Amino acid sequence: MADLDLATFFLALLAGAIRVGTPFIFVSLGECLTEKSGRINLGLEGILVSGAMAGYAVAYLSGSAWTGVLAAGGTGLLLGLLHGAICSLPRVNDIAVGIALMVLGTGLAFFLGKNFIQPQAPSLVAIGLGGWSEDERVRSALSINVLFFIGVALAFALHWGLRSTRWGLMLRLVGDHAESARALGYRPVLVRIAATAAGGFLAGIGGAYLSLYYPGSWNEGLSSGQGIMAVALVIFARWQPLRCLWAALLFGAAGAIGPALQSVGISAGYYLFAAAPYALTLAVMFITCRPNQTLSGAPGELSLTR
Amino acid sequence: MNPRTNLYRAGALLLPGLPTLLAALTTFVLFMLFLLVQGKPAWQACQLVVQGAFGSAFAWENTLQRAAPLMLTALCVALPARAGLIIIGGEGALVLGGLAAAVTPLWLPAMPVSVLLLCMALSAMVVGGFWIGLNGWMRQKRGLNETIGSLLLSYVAIAIFNQLVEGPLRDPASLNKPSTIALDGSVMIGPISDAFQVHWGLVVGVIACILAQVLVRNSVTGFSLQVVGGNVRTARMIGLPVDRLVILTCVLGGACAGLAGMFEVAAVQGSANAAIIAGYGASGILVAFAARQNPLAIIGCAILLGGIEASGSLLQRRLGLPDATTLILEGILFTSLLAWEAMTPRIVAWRLRLNERALQTQGALQHG
Repeated sequence: MADLDLATFFLALLAGAIRVGTPFIFVSLGECLTEKSGRINLGLEGILVSGAMAGYAVAYLSGSAWTGVLAAGGTGLLLGLLHGAICSLPRVNDIAVGIALMVLGTGLAFFLGKNFIQPQAPSLVAIGLGGWSEDERVRSALSINVLFFIGVALAFALHWGLRSTRWGLMLRLVGDHAESARALGYRPVLVRIAATAAGGFLAGIGGAYLSLYYPGSWNEGLSSGQGIMAVALVIFARWQPLRCLWAALLFGAAGAIGPALQSVGISAGYYLFAAAPYALTLAVMFITCRPNQTLSGAPGELSLTR
Repeated sequence: MNPRTNLYRAGALLLPGLPTLLAALTTFVLFMLFLLVQGKPAWQACQLVVQGAFGSAFAWENTLQRAAPLMLTALCVALPARAGLIIIGGEGALVLGGLAAAVTPLWLPAMPVSVLLLCMALSAMVVGGFWIGLNGWMRQKRGLNETIGSLLLSYVAIAIFNQLVEGPLRDPASLNKPSTIALDGSVMIGPISDAFQVHWGLVVGVIACILAQVLVRNSVTGFSLQVVGGNVRTARMIGLPVDRLVILTCVLGGACAGLAGMFEVAAVQGSANAAIIAGYGASGILVAFAARQNPLAIIGCAILLGGIEASGSLLQRRLGLPDATTLILEGILFTSLLAWEAMTPRIVAWRLRLNERALQTQGALQHG
């Protein structure tokens, strides 16, 4: 009996890591891209929620879930563009703008999404990888959404792109030392706006995953702070796309521990487990930070590390 | 006196208000457009916002009630900002402060109500001050970035709050809304007067802002803080206790946020429950930035934001607009306030030129 419980627990954990972690992959890769260019976007939470709303609404109206995903990305792109443009003005604090954008994004999503709380939009399909197993639980755990695979591919693509393409080098140079980038003839402001917009696009898709797959419907309590957690996650992952992927799965698993423990009858510490990712990031920062040096791997132009 | 001299002088005096004016105008236009595009009665909505915020005694009460905690959470941003820190974790200090205030009467022996209230306020301030002070300490001792650190700590605080309120500190009688054991009616903080139904948190908020202004503008500590915020190297060179000053501002800011939590518990909710996690922290950040970290300006900005939030129910009743309307108005307002801030360098230049002109015309008069 104990054996079965342990297996159930780990299965639930694995399934949870993938199911809960997928939006983290998108949002954190988006934030990673933005921060690599030397800017921080705290408004990702607002972008995620508006993406979730736009994705759900468009999927409902058009009848196609993938159109919804694109619409969510587009919404995120626009909001990211707004953040990028405003932060490019002189003397504007990107942290404050991010928080204003969080309020604006959630407001827009709640206002425009009022009519879409009831109807059922088509949801994204999952690929069943558990066909070999007789066990129903294994099968449901291994039915994985396509967006997960896209997210994994994206992490590898970004890893390669940032390391060995001209675009990636330019982005990193702008993020590390804007003056040198300017001396080489690049335009840091434009690069940053583009990176913020691209980051918004990815965060929007992360939102669409929430409303179109898991939990799979639009309501105002849909996001449980995934956008904010992505900011922590990127720091935890030291601004590296591949580590973002693993960290997203780890955070997903941490988020799934509470429910997984509940599924085997342990409900103590439910809320503390929900905060595990924050505590973990804090611990890592505390251990690795030194007074006279910035976090290793941090982009030099990031307002957080200067 | 040349009339043109006066004109230039007045212009130079009024110029700093220009970005705020432009931001208000932008917000008005964008908000109207947003509603017009959807075919909603935009002009009427704007009227109702003003009416719902400041149109009647009841509206004013509602507005000021909401403004009180915002003043205190905004101070949690503005005070550390004097030393060059951006703290965004006021929400955490607020919820833990509220929780501390809620359980203090349960753990203390019977005593006069005024002493008890003082103990509650003290415990809320100590807990809140400790929580934000921890950020300052981690920054000074470990170099841990205070913005991200406070954000993370705030979520840890909310988790601790939920865990305690749903677990060991839960009142078994609170079934579908987990709360701590309700405060005795005699401990509840009442309105300032029967004719003015706003709780005493407003008075405390205003006093805190005034004290903060005195601290940062008229005290030696405030001057030292300005040096620390301006240039840490200089501050260290002239022998200022930088670490102590930074941590002090964090503790004071956190104490303010904790106090806000105490008033939410003892004047509004009656017990600590999830309703006090209402985003006062984030709103406080926006208020502080809109006030350009100036404690006195915080009072006005908090009342403005409180007014916008208070008008939500009127918009909903009269026009059937969702309550998120006020969120949108807030979002547009603060985004444009921050964006127009970019004008500051130009305004400084214009002011200089106007002052120069004023001197020139004056000089011409004297020589002629």
